[in-house]
Amino acid sequence: MLGVIRNKSIRHTLSNFRQFSSSAKQMTVRDALNSALDEEMSADPKVFLMGEEVGEYQGAYKISKGLLEKYGPERVRDTPITEAGFTGIGVGAAYYGLKPVVEFMTFNFSMQAIDHIINSAAKSNYMSAGQISVPIVFRGPNGAAAGVGAQHSHCYAAWYGSCPGLKVLAPYSSEDARGLLKAAIRDPDPVVFLENELLYGESFPVSAEVLDSSFCLPIGKAKIEREGKDVTITAFSKMVGFALKAAEILEKEGISAEVINLRSIRPLDRSTINTSVRKTNRLVTVEEGFPQHGVGAEICTSVIEESFGYLDAPVERIAGADVPMPYAANLERLAVPQVEDIVRAAKRACHRSVPLAAAA
Amino acid sequence: MLMAAALLFKRSRSLVQNKVSLLLGIGGSRSTTTPPPLINHHRFRYSSSQPFVASSTRYESSKAQAQLEDFQQHDDQVIDFPGGKVAFTSEMRFISDTSHKRVPCYRVLDDDGELMTHTNHVQVSKELAVRMYSEMVTLQTMDSIFYEVQRQGRISFYLTSMGEEAVNIASAAALSSDDIILPQYREPGVLLWRGFTLQQIAHQCFGNTNDLGKGRQMPIHYGSNKHNYFTVSSPIATQLPQAVGAAYSLKMDGKNACAVTFCGDGATSEGDFHAGMNFAAVMEAPVIFIIRNNGWAISTPVEDQFRSDGIVVKGQAYGIWSIRVDGNDALAVYSAVHTAREIAIKEQRPVLIEALSYRVGHHSTSDDSTKYRPIDEIEYWKMERSPVNRFKRWVERNGWWSDKDELELRSSVRKQLMHAIQVAEKAQKPPLEDLFTDVYYQLSSNLEEQEKLLRKAIEKHPKDYPSDVPL
Repeated sequence: MLGVIRNKSIRHTLSNFRQFSSSAKQMTVRDALNSALDEEMSADPKVFLMGEEVGEYQGAYKISKGLLEKYGPERVRDTPITEAGFTGIGVGAAYYGLKPVVEFMTFNFSMQAIDHIINSAAKSNYMSAGQISVPIVFRGPNGAAAGVGAQHSHCYAAWYGSCPGLKVLAPYSSEDARGLLKAAIRDPDPVVFLENELLYGESFPVSAEVLDSSFCLPIGKAKIEREGKDVTITAFSKMVGFALKAAEILEKEGISAEVINLRSIRPLDRSTINTSVRKTNRLVTVEEGFPQHGVGAEICTSVIEESFGYLDAPVERIAGADVPMPYAANLERLAVPQVEDIVRAAKRACHRSVPLAAAA
Repeated sequence: MLMAAALLFKRSRSLVQNKVSLLLGIGGSRSTTTPPPLINHHRFRYSSSQPFVASSTRYESSKAQAQLEDFQQHDDQVIDFPGGKVAFTSEMRFISDTSHKRVPCYRVLDDDGELMTHTNHVQVSKELAVRMYSEMVTLQTMDSIFYEVQRQGRISFYLTSMGEEAVNIASAAALSSDDIILPQYREPGVLLWRGFTLQQIAHQCFGNTNDLGKGRQMPIHYGSNKHNYFTVSSPIATQLPQAVGAAYSLKMDGKNACAVTFCGDGATSEGDFHAGMNFAAVMEAPVIFIIRNNGWAISTPVEDQFRSDGIVVKGQAYGIWSIRVDGNDALAVYSAVHTAREIAIKEQRPVLIEALSYRVGHHSTSDDSTKYRPIDEIEYWKMERSPVNRFKRWVERNGWWSDKDELELRSSVRKQLMHAIQVAEKAQKPPLEDLFTDVYYQLSSNLEEQEKLLRKAIEKHPKDYPSDVPL
């Protein structure tokens, strides 16, 4: 498939994550999500899964494999094809005390249910003055896949990220997937959980701590995947892997890049981003989604508001092309950021002092 | 022929329901003498007999029984498809767009408040009847006074339930306090019945610091956890699939309660109506859908809303038990809801109730319905078809209510309302911190920051800040 994510890029991570031995267990993102769902359903009988093909079919992407067999049809519900319907039902169930995990086959289809996500889930706690809380998780693949065209490749991070009342998460590695999904299920607020189809099959090393059933990551904290001192690169989901590859290439050219895995789109970890920019003085934001009103635009503003004096170069924003995703493989490749784009942007940020239109 | 019928249908107003059924009798396709093909759509998972009510409808189940036997005798004329066996026919026949006659409407009291002969209904005690009548009067009075308050510019908005007092109160009376209510917005009577006070209503409408909703919502968007009444939400029909979800929750808990959701005729056009009904049937959720068919969706009459025989016929399309009821007849509504609740809980399945009524008031204070419907039509429904007066006649006739009681009740309610409004109007507005709380379960750091910045700005420029909002 993609083959861009290599394990060795993870070896350079120095975070609050302790050094692992070379015999660390490998786990795919798919298994990470499956195990997280399994453990949370086992721990709390109020958690249940709902969506198209989640039961008998084992999940459209096999994320819910084995769960129907283990928990039965009351807790793993196959639904008729109506996103608006099952999202509304999920919200209603959450109103009254259950903890639904609603799966969208892709977040593109969530648009058919967006009224329920925003007006029924996100705003309810506020509008009811705390009387109606909605502990629901909306999850599913988000953003570009491979050769699926415009209506299957849209990234919704910026859309949901702009709405108060929602929490929006975007895992990258298996550790992210496990920790963030568990946190999302346990959280009393509605959470939009943006996965990535192409990452499902990717393997990442996981420590014993991550495999423990009580493992949980905090919502709202970004992770520094790779430390550096010359330029900060922010990314989320699949782009984290690209950013790490870019960082290796930049290393060879004498540029030390710090790669931040956002993990959480809302709340955005502005403090980690700003601390990093104050250290490196340069920023490149990377996302797969459309550029206008994107996540990068928000990060850029945050840095300008808080760390303007520290910037030595204009912020570089790398995003997907401003076109509905084309289908043809060559066009698709051009419509999505590639490693080279990130490398070039980092170089521009490092070597240039005069603003230039970003032309990848 | 059909075209002419359709045109006539369009121009007639709900005022002339009798005329409409006559029109349907003219023209349209007639069924032939052979019985229609038998569609086996239940896979016989549950019985096809009527719910148990001391009823005169037992002949219906034997009709189904006869059809069943007929089907079994002709086993070789049956084909297998996903979804079950189905008999086939070599005669091509389309099912008509309308049935031969409209689904009849269940009523217990006639227009003069007299019990109709040969009714079956659930008995109502004197205590309950008097309470029901009092609450209907309270609702009616509350609506007219708050409407005036809005007209005087003291609250920003109001929406009345005039003409639908029976649906509001009688349905509430037939339910238990454990049943979860997911309203549209024209059902404050249900909340009143459960104990929400007029004072609390006033606080919500004025959006003051005593408002349970902390001033977050427009007037009439009440909600109270304590009373199992979910906060009113403006988008239409969203509460329908939500009710199914809530019912599913109850089902999983095995509770002796159901979810009850209300909406109007207009709401049945929304996608959520389809989703909610379909899901309720598939999930076998204990939910009651009460559709208030009051003839109007702002200025859209029902003829422009759908072309089916109202909403009751849609129930069967989803595999849901349904009934059409005279929404202006408190006893009929009470009986239907009472029975529906039993079905929903005992049999763990959804029920649809279409309550025919008329929206006497304007859609809201933002509407002037005289612009799109004749004033005498409104007057007719207000005076001659009033559900309150009709129920009053029945209660009086039983010797349970006198003119003196009437006077006392009305003046007492008025006094309470005036007092409630006074208190609410004078009360303080919600404090500044309520701007930021409840966005999330816990106050997030960015909101804490914003609050700090806001307070700093207010300190610096106190003249720019309203003086009646506490900090």
